Amino acid sequence: MAASVETMPDAPKTMRDIHAPVHASVAGVTRIFPAVGEQPPVHALGPLDLDLVKGEFFAVVGPSGCGKSTLLEVLAGLSAPTEGSVTFEGQPVSGQVPDGVGVVFQEDASFPWLTVWDNVAFGLRRAGFDASEITRRVDYAVGFMGLADFAQAYPAQLSGGMRQRVCIARTLVLQPRLILLDEPFGALDQQTRLLMGDELLRLWRETGATVLLITHALDEAAMLSDRVGAMSARPGRFIELVETGWPRERDSRIVSEDSFGRLTGHLWSLLREESMKASGHQMGRQK
Amino acid sequence: MSKVGWIRLAIVLGSVGLLEILCQSGVIRPLTMIPPSRMAVELWKLGASGKLAPPVTKTLGNVAAAFILSVVFGFIAGLLIHALPRFRRALDPLLASYYAVPFFVFYPVLIVIFGMSDLPIIIIGFLFGVVAMIINTLNGLDRVPTVLLKVGRMNRMSALQTAALIKLPSAAPYLFTGVKLAVAYSFIGVIASEFILSGSGIGYDIAYAYNNFDNRTMYALMLFILTTVTALNMALYIWEQRMLKRRQGGR
Ligand SMILES: Nc1ncnc2c1ncn2[C@@H]1O[C@H](COP(=O)(O)OP(=O)(O)OP(=O)(O)O)[C@@H](O)[C@H]1O
Ligand SMILES: [Mg+2]
Repeated sequence: MAASVETMPDAPKTMRDIHAPVHASVAGVTRIFPAVGEQPPVHALGPLDLDLVKGEFFAVVGPSGCGKSTLLEVLAGLSAPTEGSVTFEGQPVSGQVPDGVGVVFQEDASFPWLTVWDNVAFGLRRAGFDASEITRRVDYAVGFMGLADFAQAYPAQLSGGMRQRVCIARTLVLQPRLILLDEPFGALDQQTRLLMGDELLRLWRETGATVLLITHALDEAAMLSDRVGAMSARPGRFIELVETGWPRERDSRIVSEDSFGRLTGHLWSLLREESMKASGHQMGRQK
Repeated sequence: MSKVGWIRLAIVLGSVGLLEILCQSGVIRPLTMIPPSRMAVELWKLGASGKLAPPVTKTLGNVAAAFILSVVFGFIAGLLIHALPRFRRALDPLLASYYAVPFFVFYPVLIVIFGMSDLPIIIIGFLFGVVAMIINTLNGLDRVPTVLLKVGRMNRMSALQTAALIKLPSAAPYLFTGVKLAVAYSFIGVIASEFILSGSGIGYDIAYAYNNFDNRTMYALMLFILTTVTALNMALYIWEQRMLKRRQGGR
């Protein structure tokens, strides 16, 4: 079912637990957006297979417009695949987001009418947690995300990166077992990005959650994940699933290791042509 | 108060002062209009005599009913129409030309159906206000970012919860426009109806005073309407500005 797992020629042996049970999977999934007016249908994704094993950190990289966000929506149950099936914890995913799945969206999804604190508490209130538990979790998450000084501020008073952190916190306080992140660090500078990456790793280790991270930064994918799925130009498919082989205890310092350079180099060699194809497509269309 | 605020106050006081001078000096004859200061005194006397309370209660009660019906029904209708795109496309031109219809022609029909009660008056006020609310609700719902609705789905919220906790607040700036219009239209609808065919209410009392050459009562009541509507609008305006400031920050 899973796409063939190739390993880099001299990659270290995998450190992730390949014997862990499959946590979420997509099988034979395609997504075709129907025609709208003059616009022909768009084949955005697949066919594509992926098994995420419990507790792994999986990164997705691929050229812009290749269907990464589409994959995330299908996996989350936010949109139905045109063909194929999706399962989470052994149950078919259809029509609604299963309990235990948390999503951080690519766009700014903070609620402008709520304070930072109330934004973060939003999901917990919907889920019916009692007030003391909400306070405990929100205070912790707000601090964890470096937003303590802004707890009573409104999103309009925050920078783009801070707003994105509000959204990350709002999802993480729900303690999802599967966390889907769509370019969550897109609006951050490189230094903050690395530090947030470390925080994410720490959180991942502490909670044992399964993480799928979409990113356009190859180094970020290489640094954070157990496996990187490199996607082709649209319609997106996995060209290769690359095992990084990092130990579970890792942080941003691995960027200085030789194998890190080889890894990002390998990812780039995979994606160079696809990225050219993706932008070539667009140039072709403009004519 | 800000500089702009002072200028605004000066404009209002200046206009009132000018009117006062024109009336006092006889340029405007007392039979046409009494001086603003006189209006205030007459209004005070009317209030003290206890003759003001019944029509005010009645009119404001009707306005409140028409307003609340317009806003609640308008928002719910807006939600439903928004959820049915095809129906909405069919409805759009009708909504757009709605205010071209002079509703008062239906007033006799409403009286035949509901009798000479408050109900026809409230219905006219409601008919005036509701479509402004529907149009602005649709406008606001069109602008709710899709990603916010996805957050709702991620939290497995019901359609009702999503409407109340995401769509409503997200569309609030646009809904506010609808609410302000609904206030104004409810007043127009109710008072105009009282004018034409009713046995009580401020609109009726103004018409009655007019027919009996009772300038003092007429202008006192007009002053009352004017100050009430202005105060109400001011309160809404301040509330709106406060909300917008919070949501838009310095940007
Ligand atoms: N709602 C939609 N209707 C029609 N086409 C869509 C829709 N959403 C996405 N698409 C198309 O599907 C393709 C994949 O979109 P998607 O957002 O998944 O790309 P992506 O890989 O996330 O890109 P990026 O890296 O820029 O975020 C694009 O060509 C896009 O035009
Ligand atoms: Mg995307």
